[in-house]
Amino acid sequence: MARSTGEDAQALFHSLRSAYAATPKNLKIIDLYVAFAVFTALIQVAYMAMVGSFPFNSFLSGILSCTGTAVLAVCLRIQVNKENKEFKDLPPERAYADFVLCNLVLHLVIMNFLG
Amino acid sequence: MAAEPRWGSGGGAAALLLLLLVAAASICHAASNFLPVSDAHRSAALELFAPVDGSFGSLEETSEALQSFDILGIERRTNVRGSTCSSAVEVLGSSSSPVKDVFYALKVSSLLKCDVRQSQLEAIASRLKSVPSDASSLNDFYYSIGGLVLIKNQIPVVDVLLEDADKVFQAIKALSQSDGRWRYSSDNPVSSTYAAGMALETLAGVISLASNEIGQSRIDAVKNDILKLFDSIEKYDDGTFYFDEKVDGVGPLATTSSVVQGLTAFASTASGRVKLPEDNILGLTKYFLSIGIPGDAKEFFNQVNSLSCLENSRVSVPLILALPATVVSLTNKDKLKVRVTTALGSRSPPLKVKLVRAFISGSKDASVIENQELIFDSEGAFHILDLLPTSIDVGKYTFVFEIVLQDSEDAKVYVTGGQTKVPVYISAIIKIENAEISVLDSDLGSVDTQKKLNLGKEDDVSLAANHLQKLRLSFQLSTPHGHAFKPHQAILKLKHEKAEHIFLVGNSGKKFQDFLGLVEKFFYLSGRYDIQLSIGDAVMENSFCQDLGHVELDLPEAPEKAPRPAAQPDDPFSKYGPKAEISHIFRAPEKRPSENLSLAFLALTLLPFLGFLVGLLKLGVNLKNFPSAPVPAMFAILFHVGIGSILALYALFWLKLDLFTTLKALGLLGVFVMFVGHRILSHLASTSSKLKSA
Repeated sequence: MARSTGEDAQALFHSLRSAYAATPKNLKIIDLYVAFAVFTALIQVAYMAMVGSFPFNSFLSGILSCTGTAVLAVCLRIQVNKENKEFKDLPPERAYADFVLCNLVLHLVIMNFLG
Repeated sequence: MAAEPRWGSGGGAAALLLLLLVAAASICHAASNFLPVSDAHRSAALELFAPVDGSFGSLEETSEALQSFDILGIERRTNVRGSTCSSAVEVLGSSSSPVKDVFYALKVSSLLKCDVRQSQLEAIASRLKSVPSDASSLNDFYYSIGGLVLIKNQIPVVDVLLEDADKVFQAIKALSQSDGRWRYSSDNPVSSTYAAGMALETLAGVISLASNEIGQSRIDAVKNDILKLFDSIEKYDDGTFYFDEKVDGVGPLATTSSVVQGLTAFASTASGRVKLPEDNILGLTKYFLSIGIPGDAKEFFNQVNSLSCLENSRVSVPLILALPATVVSLTNKDKLKVRVTTALGSRSPPLKVKLVRAFISGSKDASVIENQELIFDSEGAFHILDLLPTSIDVGKYTFVFEIVLQDSEDAKVYVTGGQTKVPVYISAIIKIENAEISVLDSDLGSVDTQKKLNLGKEDDVSLAANHLQKLRLSFQLSTPHGHAFKPHQAILKLKHEKAEHIFLVGNSGKKFQDFLGLVEKFFYLSGRYDIQLSIGDAVMENSFCQDLGHVELDLPEAPEKAPRPAAQPDDPFSKYGPKAEISHIFRAPEKRPSENLSLAFLALTLLPFLGFLVGLLKLGVNLKNFPSAPVPAMFAILFHVGIGSILALYALFWLKLDLFTTLKALGLLGVFVMFVGHRILSHLASTSSKLKSA
């Protein structure tokens, strides 16, 4: 039984991987970006756990910048994904422009809060 | 008996009413003792009017000094004469000196008898005569008329008579107000009592200088003004009367003395006598005497000059009854002495002093002495009360005296003021008997320790007590006549190093003190307490504050919450010294992690970014969609440059800029980026839509 579970997990993993390979490249870029943002956030949390949260505002702004940009990237991905019927009529350039604008505003606020 | 004032009409009823009012007023006055001018005044005058560099100052100050010396009968030093006379003559010689200076120069020269040529005086007289005809202010009238009167008194030969005296009189009278006060000039609406005094003096001068007689009706009008002015007289409780000015800067002394001067000057003219109530004259005299010895030269002059005006006036000369000593000792067998003199200290006419009654101050009991005549001692010019009856014991009394003039003619000239009330203290040595202090057991009331005390002499008893016992102190005080005496102050003090308590001994001369109740007050401190007794009173000649000895008190242990005595500082003044310094404790800064750790994590944070770039390469990112046509390419480049510059702006913002500059720059850059971005993205969109449709 253990073996079948292990085999099943491996089979699941393989199927996921092959399905993922089919996604268009621009979506993969966005996924990579999201992974990058999340990892940065995790490293900041680990640092905070080690040294304490003294300049708490700096910690928050770092974390929120990563999380915010990840969220915006996810929004972009949703809007750009062609399989998504809801945003069929939205040109991807428009979604990209929104992404850029929102990021710029987010980073202005983050920079102010960084202290 | 008080002289009955006689009024022209209104007769007996008005006179009786006035008499009753006067009598009532005299009873309502508080008892007071006013001393006449004495040698102390003379020595004060010498000090106040000490000449500096051979002169007293300005001509006005010089005239005040000289007049004061004359009134008090002080020998004038002659070294002042030289320089003063020369400055006075200088002023008189110049035809452009102001009228005020001429007036004071004339006054000084007449006091010092300076050599002024008759021709000079004639020139001045003719100048002064011309002033009143076109003068508009009261000061001009005052100084010019005053100067003319001085010239007349000095050298009667010089012609100073006023031709148009009536017109001048009217001009001055025109400045008077309906309430008896005067204005300084026709354009100045302020009315002043001080000016009224000046005006009366000036009018008196005009009357004396008139070549033709001034009409009686005019003089009567002025008399009415005087009576109205006296309506505004004010009084203090002790029977002194004065005038006060509502205008700032002129005090009651100057105002009152101005009025007195003017009144006496006016009254001295033949038809100018005004019937004023006796009370007012005496009240004004007492006011001046109540000041004592003024410390200011001007005030001194005002006081002394006014008193001399009252004394030399033909109105009424006040007689002052004063006691040189108001404390009479029974033990020393003192005799009560009374002196009656004029205000300046001169002898009075022959008279008798009667003690109408004497009673204890503040009590409504019947008087202790009735109608006793005082014996006159011609050597010391005193009236002495020989025998104090045995009913007079120690205490504070009010003695009511009355002056009886022996010559009835004197009653028209002198004013005695009816009855005079004077406070008198009868003092004596008080006997202290049967003094003892004892410690009692509270339950049984039995005496534990009893010690006799020798109050008034040295005492050193030692007692011991615990908190369950009582302390009893008793003594008896009696006056020379054998009555029990209740002192004003009888205080017992128990004093420890660190605590003390003060008890008031009751009137009965006994003191019970229960130590149980005091345990807390003594802060539970057992030990040796010093006993101190103070007994005192104003009429007790042998008041004392004496250490009696000590008592060892055994008090129980203090419970935890008992109050502690305040820590006694070594130096009683040290509580005013600087307090302990407060050192501020600032919040310790947070511990920062070591630099290496922080740098390591910085590197670690950049790792995901590198991973992102590596991943991008692995994915096979390409720039195929980059437009090749020059214009769109340019826009594309500009777009990326724009975004890059915004990020650089953010970095600068974090490093050194403030929000406002950043926002300003961001506004500009944002607009640019939006424009460019719009162009490139719309180009890309159109390209891809063309591809799709194609």
